Amino acid sequence: MSDIGIFVSVVLTVISAATPLLFAATGELVAEKSGVLNLGVEGMMLVGAVTGFAVTTVSGSATLGIVCAALAAGGMALLFGFITLTLLANQVATGLALTLFGVGLSSVVGQSFVGTPVDALPKLAVPGLAAIPVLGPILFEHDALIYLSVIMVAAVAWFLYRTRAGLVLRAVGDSHEAAHAIGHPVIRVRYLAVLFGGAMAGLGGAFLSLSYTPMWGENMTAGRGWIALALVVFATWRPARVLLGAYLFGGVTILQLHAQGVGIEIPSQVLSMLPYLVTILVLVLISRDQAKVRLNAPACIGKVFHPST
Amino acid sequence: MLLRLESRRAPSVLLTWLTPVMAIAATLVTGAIIFAAMGHAPGQALYTFFILPINSGYGFTELLVKATPLALIALGLAIGFRSSVWNIGAEGQLTLGAVFGGGVAIFTHGSESIFILPLMMLAGVVGGMLWGAIPAYLKTRFNANEILVSLMLTYVATLALSALVHGPWKDPGGYNFPESVLFGDAALLPILVEGTRLHLGSLIALLLLVAGWFVLARTLLGFQVRVVGMAPMAASYAGFQQKRMVWIALLVSGALAGLAGVFEIAGPIGQLLPVVSPGYGFTAIIVAFLGRLHPLGILIAALILALSYLGGETAQIEMRLPQGITGVFQGMILFYLLASDVLIRYRLRLLAPAAESRS
Repeated sequence: MSDIGIFVSVVLTVISAATPLLFAATGELVAEKSGVLNLGVEGMMLVGAVTGFAVTTVSGSATLGIVCAALAAGGMALLFGFITLTLLANQVATGLALTLFGVGLSSVVGQSFVGTPVDALPKLAVPGLAAIPVLGPILFEHDALIYLSVIMVAAVAWFLYRTRAGLVLRAVGDSHEAAHAIGHPVIRVRYLAVLFGGAMAGLGGAFLSLSYTPMWGENMTAGRGWIALALVVFATWRPARVLLGAYLFGGVTILQLHAQGVGIEIPSQVLSMLPYLVTILVLVLISRDQAKVRLNAPACIGKVFHPST
Repeated sequence: MLLRLESRRAPSVLLTWLTPVMAIAATLVTGAIIFAAMGHAPGQALYTFFILPINSGYGFTELLVKATPLALIALGLAIGFRSSVWNIGAEGQLTLGAVFGGGVAIFTHGSESIFILPLMMLAGVVGGMLWGAIPAYLKTRFNANEILVSLMLTYVATLALSALVHGPWKDPGGYNFPESVLFGDAALLPILVEGTRLHLGSLIALLLLVAGWFVLARTLLGFQVRVVGMAPMAASYAGFQQKRMVWIALLVSGALAGLAGVFEIAGPIGQLLPVVSPGYGFTAIIVAFLGRLHPLGILIAALILALSYLGGETAQIEMRLPQGITGVFQGMILFYLLASDVLIRYRLRLLAPAAESRS
């Protein structure tokens, strides 16, 4: 393969590794902007991954699989919403429960699908543009979910900062008391934001099991849900920076795989630590500037809202 | 809306202890429905899951073996949760404790010294504390979220253990399996009941629970923990430092998780394997909540969650259910608990439609 060919294939794997993070982090960003911290991303991604895989295998339709993945993970998010928003439970604890539950549930559901192959999602080349050398394959020859992930980032950025509904969502996240006093439906807004977050995590999961590694394996997300949570902090709650962060992390993941491939004399496990260590490093770098975090973080994140109190 | 939540003047003490029971009952009912939906006779399935494993004396000691790490870890977590320090990386602290303690056992292999076991425990405690100190330092110095840092470190610890048993610590006479040598007798915990796996660690855990109760209920430190958790502002006026609390919570829970890790490898496992815990560090979070962050409650909750592990294993053999069913049950208990906890602080008020239109 030529140097350019290698370059293109590396970029493609980076994009591929970044996409599940991008979906999950963008969804979580919207939930957090409305003031809800959902630590169940990992669990929702796994449920999305197993649902997408199972439905695609059984029905033969990847489209149906992807839709069902979003719905199933959305169902998990609804459960989270009911317990935290209607029953006013602690969001941290409930999110942890959601992850523990999702890990178990996906393994039970996926038991009979372990080892089954599935066709990876087809690549959709944009006619004409895909033929451009280098840029064509990098930008215009992906499967539908990769296009969708980037479109969703743009859509979320537009929604949050350019629409009235987005303004309401941010207001609810910054001061639920004030938003409630003006007459905005705090709980309904949060339900919708949490549901969106769930559906996006489900899409991220479906991408893992249908495109990134077209198979189902127990715990196949390997902490990506948690990395997505860290990405939201890294991005200081800005959609465009989530995009940047996700691709950086995709790069780290691929760097580690390539280092293993080249045969660097380090145990593979040590290289596999890299994404997790980088996550910690990035969290530290961002969090140390407290003024910046306070400026961008939704003020009501993680706080219970009950109109009578 | 026909139902409304109305704040109580003070949290209901009765319901604080009643909701865990309600949560367990609801989990059993839901479990029966799930089993029925999967085509198993629900009564028979629940019996297989929850009664069969502890039907014998041996089964009961196995319950205690599994409850030991859960209770130890949950005790440490409870201190943090009371003061709103969210250490969710106990699994990693347990793993690093096992690495440190296991290292002692491997390097002293062949020696019969009575100091090996105490040294392993000490090393395990240090390992766990070290892994707890990292999120504590990053939280207090850089304000980095301890939830995410402690969780990321769990993956790092698991990979470190895996690297060691696949590499330098692999048993040279072990047919290339990724396992350490089988520990010598001097590195194994004494068995309490002949013919079972019940080990000294369970007794130590029990003593630590009593000590934990004493510290939380009867000392200034316990008081500070409670105040920081319930009223952070008041605590800071009183001069209790939030940062100090973060350190204490993470060091104590790290130490206890590390000790639990040593108990596992010096007890039921007897060597280092690539994975030394079936998620005790995560399940202990449920134990801490179900036990109301109280040592006695934690003891009871640890037994209940230990049963979910045993039940999962039995169901795997008897009904060929996947192991994940344990996680489903565990998640469900916590969901029901968190959901029913609303009743502690709020009462449900039925509203007549007419009354609602006026409000």
